[in-house]
Amino acid sequence: MTSKNVRVKIGEMKTSTGLVKNLDISIGKLVDDSWEEPMGPTPMPSLTTLRNWDLTLLNKYKPFYLPDCDLCCLCTYGKCDLTAGKRGACGLNIADQSSRIVLIACCIGAATHNGHARHVVDHLIEKYGRRYPLDVGGLNVKVEAPVTRLVTGIRPQTLGDLDEVLTYCESQITHLLSVAHTGQEANNIDFESKAFHAGRVDQVGMEVADIAQISVFDFPKADPEAPLIKMGIGTVDQTKPVIMCIGHNVVPSVGIIDYMKEQKLDDKMEVVGLCCTAIDNTRYFDRAKIVGPISWELRFIRGGFADVVVLDEQCVRTDCSLEAERVKAPVIAASEKNCIGYKDRTNDPADEIVADLVSGKVPGVLILDPEKVGEVAVKVAQKVAPMRKKMKSLPTLEEIRELAKKCRHCNMCQRSCPQDLKIPEAITAAAEGDYSKLADLYEECIGCGRCEEACPVKLEIHSYILKVGEKKMLSETNYCRSGRGAVQDVEIRSVGGPIVLGEIPGIVALVGCANYPHGGKDVYDICREFALRRFIVMTSGCSAMSAGSYKNEEGKTLYEEFPGGFEAGGVINVGSCVSNPHIAGAAIKVANIFAKRSLRGNYEEIADYIHNRVGAVGLAWGAYSQKAASIASGFWSLGVPVLVGPHGSKYRRMLLGRADKPENWEVYDARTGNKVNVGPAPEHLFQTVETPQEAMVAIAKLCLRPNDTWKGRSIKLSHYIDLHKRHYGIMPPDIHRFVRTMADVPMTMKDEVTKILKEKGWKETVIPDPTLLPRMIRKKKE
Amino acid sequence: MSCEPWQCAEVAATKKANPITKPEVAVAMIKRAARPLLVVGSNATERSMEGRSLIDFLIDFAKASKVQVVATAHMVGEFLKRGYTPAGFMSAMDIGNRLVDPSWDGLDGKGHPDLAIFVGLPYYMEALILSGLKHFAPDLRTITIDNLYHPHASWSYPNGSLDDWANNLKVMTSRFEGGQ
Ligand code: SF4
Ligand code: SF4
Ligand code: SF4
Repeated sequence: MTSKNVRVKIGEMKTSTGLVKNLDISIGKLVDDSWEEPMGPTPMPSLTTLRNWDLTLLNKYKPFYLPDCDLCCLCTYGKCDLTAGKRGACGLNIADQSSRIVLIACCIGAATHNGHARHVVDHLIEKYGRRYPLDVGGLNVKVEAPVTRLVTGIRPQTLGDLDEVLTYCESQITHLLSVAHTGQEANNIDFESKAFHAGRVDQVGMEVADIAQISVFDFPKADPEAPLIKMGIGTVDQTKPVIMCIGHNVVPSVGIIDYMKEQKLDDKMEVVGLCCTAIDNTRYFDRAKIVGPISWELRFIRGGFADVVVLDEQCVRTDCSLEAERVKAPVIAASEKNCIGYKDRTNDPADEIVADLVSGKVPGVLILDPEKVGEVAVKVAQKVAPMRKKMKSLPTLEEIRELAKKCRHCNMCQRSCPQDLKIPEAITAAAEGDYSKLADLYEECIGCGRCEEACPVKLEIHSYILKVGEKKMLSETNYCRSGRGAVQDVEIRSVGGPIVLGEIPGIVALVGCANYPHGGKDVYDICREFALRRFIVMTSGCSAMSAGSYKNEEGKTLYEEFPGGFEAGGVINVGSCVSNPHIAGAAIKVANIFAKRSLRGNYEEIADYIHNRVGAVGLAWGAYSQKAASIASGFWSLGVPVLVGPHGSKYRRMLLGRADKPENWEVYDARTGNKVNVGPAPEHLFQTVETPQEAMVAIAKLCLRPNDTWKGRSIKLSHYIDLHKRHYGIMPPDIHRFVRTMADVPMTMKDEVTKILKEKGWKETVIPDPTLLPRMIRKKKE
Repeated sequence: MSCEPWQCAEVAATKKANPITKPEVAVAMIKRAARPLLVVGSNATERSMEGRSLIDFLIDFAKASKVQVVATAHMVGEFLKRGYTPAGFMSAMDIGNRLVDPSWDGLDGKGHPDLAIFVGLPYYMEALILSGLKHFAPDLRTITIDNLYHPHASWSYPNGSLDDWANNLKVMTSRFEGGQ
C-alpha cells in the first residue's frame, strides 16, 4: 500500500452509467494502487459531499419531530424555552434543536464505535504490526469490507490500512460534532443530513472494528455454521469460579481466556458475558457463555453469580461497581473510557493487585493492560470463589413479605418505571403473602432500578422481583449462535437475484438493545414468523440473544430450528454491535456482486440501488442507545427503512413518508427518463411501531420495492395481506397503491384484491428501472 | 387527583395542560369542536375497569358522541371484533404526522380536525406525540381522556383511579346520549 496526496479535477467524464460534470475530489491519502476498480465520484465524503442524496431522501421522508423536552440548556444564554415556535437566545427553534439532538446522538454513537475500533486496531497493530493481513472469510469473501470500500474508496488489506480508514472517520466525527455548537448549523434538514453522514462514518468504524477482530482473533469467518453457544444463567456451573465480563470490547476478555488456556484452567472456570462482550467472547472461545442482554446487568450482579466482574466499555451501568461491592465481588475496570474512579494499577505486579482485591482492601482496580487483566481476573476469581459462593443480596420470601408491609401506596415506583409496571399492586399482594403479581413483573422488567430510587421507604423492588423470579431465572438454558461475521460472496451470488426480483420476500434484521416494552419474547416471535415465511432473518447484539432465548414446541431454539446461512428461511447472527455492517454489507454486496455495480467511492449510486431494489428492513425493537441511533442512521442514508419499538419514539424524530400524497412517490425510469409513480414503497424510513403485531405488518409492507418483478411483488403482497388480515382483521385498504399490473395480485387473493382495486379506481402502471438520480437515466428525453 | 405528569420526568416548560376537572368540561369541548377526532391506542385492550375492557367504554363513547375514531397499532381488528368499524386506522406516528400538516383534510377528506382526543397509547408515546402537536400544530387543540395527566396536551384529566376513569367515560357517554 502507498500513501499520497491526491486532487482529482474532472471537467467532464463519460462513465458507463452517465455523464459526470465538474467533479473535484480532494483526497488526503489515497491508498492501494493495485485495486483495479475505478474510483467513484465520492471517496471519503466530507460533510456536504452526499448532501444532495440526503436531501433527496429527506424530501421523500420528512422529519416528524416529537420533542422530548421543551427546553435547550446547552449554553449559558439558556435555558431557553423553545415551546411552539419560540426561538432561543441564539435564534434556534425546536425543529432545529430536535434535529441537533439527533445529530448529537448519532455523533456520540459514531464516536463510540470508532473509539472502540481505534482501541482494537491500535492494540492489534502494536501487537502484530501494521502489515498483519486481514481475512474475514478466506476465498469465500473477496469483498472484505463493503462499507469501507463504498464510503472511503479504500480496499483495506492490512491492519495498517484500517488505521488510514479510521483517521478519515475521526476527522469527520470531529467536524460533525462541531456542527452542534451554538451558532453553527441553522437548518433542521441540514442537521439531519449531517446525522446521516454520522451514520455513514459509524458504519465504517464498526466494520473496521469487526474485521480487525475477526482477522486477528480468528473469530468465525463468514461461517453459516458458527458454533451454537450455551446461553442463560442456568447453563453456568456455579461450583466453578465465575468471571463476568460486561460491555462491548473483547480485548480484555481475550486476555482472560488466553490466560485460562495457558494455565489449563479453561474447563475449570466459567467466563460469562452480558451485552455484546458476551457475544464476542463466544466468537473467540466457544465455551464462553452468554448470560443475557444489557438489561440484565443488575439481575446477575445482584443475584451473586459473579466472583469477579470485569467491566470494559459501552452500555455498562455506571453503578455496576457499587452493585458488585454489595455482593463482595471484586471489580476490574479494563477500559480507558470507563475508569470508575479506581486507582490505575496497570504497572503494579499482578500478585499485589490480586492480594488487594481478594482481601477486600480495595473494591476494584483499573488495569489497562489486557494481559494483566487476564491474569488478575483468573487468580482473583479462583481465590474469591470459595469464600463468597453463598453471598447474595436477594432477600428471602419471608423478608419480602415483611418489608412489603412498609409500602405507603404512594405510586412513585410505578410512576418512575419506564414500563409503567403495576408495582404497588404487586407489593401490596406480596405483603399478604401472594407473590404471583411480583413474579408477573419478571419478564417485563428491564432492570433499570428506577423504582428503587423513587421509593420513599427504600424498598428494593428489583431485588424482590428477582427473588420471586429466581426459579425461572435459573431454568434459563438456551442456545445462541455465535456471531458468524460477514455474508459470503457465494451466498450473495445465489440469493442476489431472488432478493432483487422480490422472490425472497425480504431481509429483516432484528438488531439493537433490550429496552423492550414487554420482554424479549416479541423478538423471538417476530424472527420466527419471518423465518417461517422464508424471509432472510438477520440478528446481532442483544436482539440476537433474545431471539435465542425461547423455544418452539419441540424444545428447539431459533438457531437450532433454522439454518444459519444467508438464505430464504435462514436465521443469522452476524455478531455483536460492531458486526452490524455485515448486514448493510450484504445489501451493498448484492449491488456489487450480483448487479456488478462498482462500489469504490460510489455511495449515491449504491444507496439508490439498495433503496429501490433490495427489500431490507431493520427492526430495533428495544433500541435505547446513541449507538443504536447512529446504526439506524447508517441504514437511513443507504435508504433502508428502520422500525423501532415503542420506546424508540424517544429518539424524538421519525422520518415518515406520506402514502396519501402521490406526488411523493415518483421515481425516474432509467430506461426512458420518464417519471413513474411507484407508490409508497418503502413507505417510511424511520418509524416507531407500538405493538409486535403492528411491527409484523409493517415489516412485510416495508419490504416492497419499486423494482419488484410481478412475481416478486405478488409474493411480497401475499405476506403483507396475510399478516394484515391476521393481525388487523381486515384486508389492507391501501393495496391499490402497490399493485402495478394485475400480474402483481396474488392468485389466491384475486377476488378480494380486485374488489378493492375497483373501489379505489385503480389504474395499471408500468414497472420501471427505478432510480432517484437523474444522472442514472440512460436515455435522455428530448 | 393530581396534575403532576404520571411518569415523573415527563415535565413541560411553559405550556402545560389545563386540568379537566369534571367530564362535563371535556364534553363541552368536544361538542364545541367542528371536527373532533379520537385516536385510540393499543392499551385499549390492556386496561379494564369494572370487568370491561377500555375499548368497550370507548365504543360506547364513540357511538354516542359520533366522534370519528382512528385506531392505532393493531386496534382496528379489536374494534371490528366488537362490531364497531372505526373511521380509519394507521400507525400512531402517521396520525401524529398528518395532524401537524395543516393541508391534511382528515380521514374523510372534508377538513382538518380542530380537536384531537387521545386515549390508550403507551404513556410515553402519547406524551411525545402530544408534544409534537403542541409544538408543531399550534391551531389544533388536544385533549386526553386517559386517567393520567398529560402535560403536553391542551387539556387533560389529572391522575386518577380506574374507578374515576370508568366514571368519567360513562358520564361523557351519557351526556352525548342526552343524559343529565
Ligand atoms: S444553544 Fe441556543 S437555544 Fe440552547 S441554551 Fe444556548 S441560546 Fe438557548
Ligand atoms: S427495575 Fe423493573 S420494575 Fe423497577 S422501574 Fe425498572 S423496569 Fe420498572
Ligand atoms: S414507591 Fe415504595 S412506598 Fe410507594 S408504592 Fe412503590 S413500593 Fe410502595
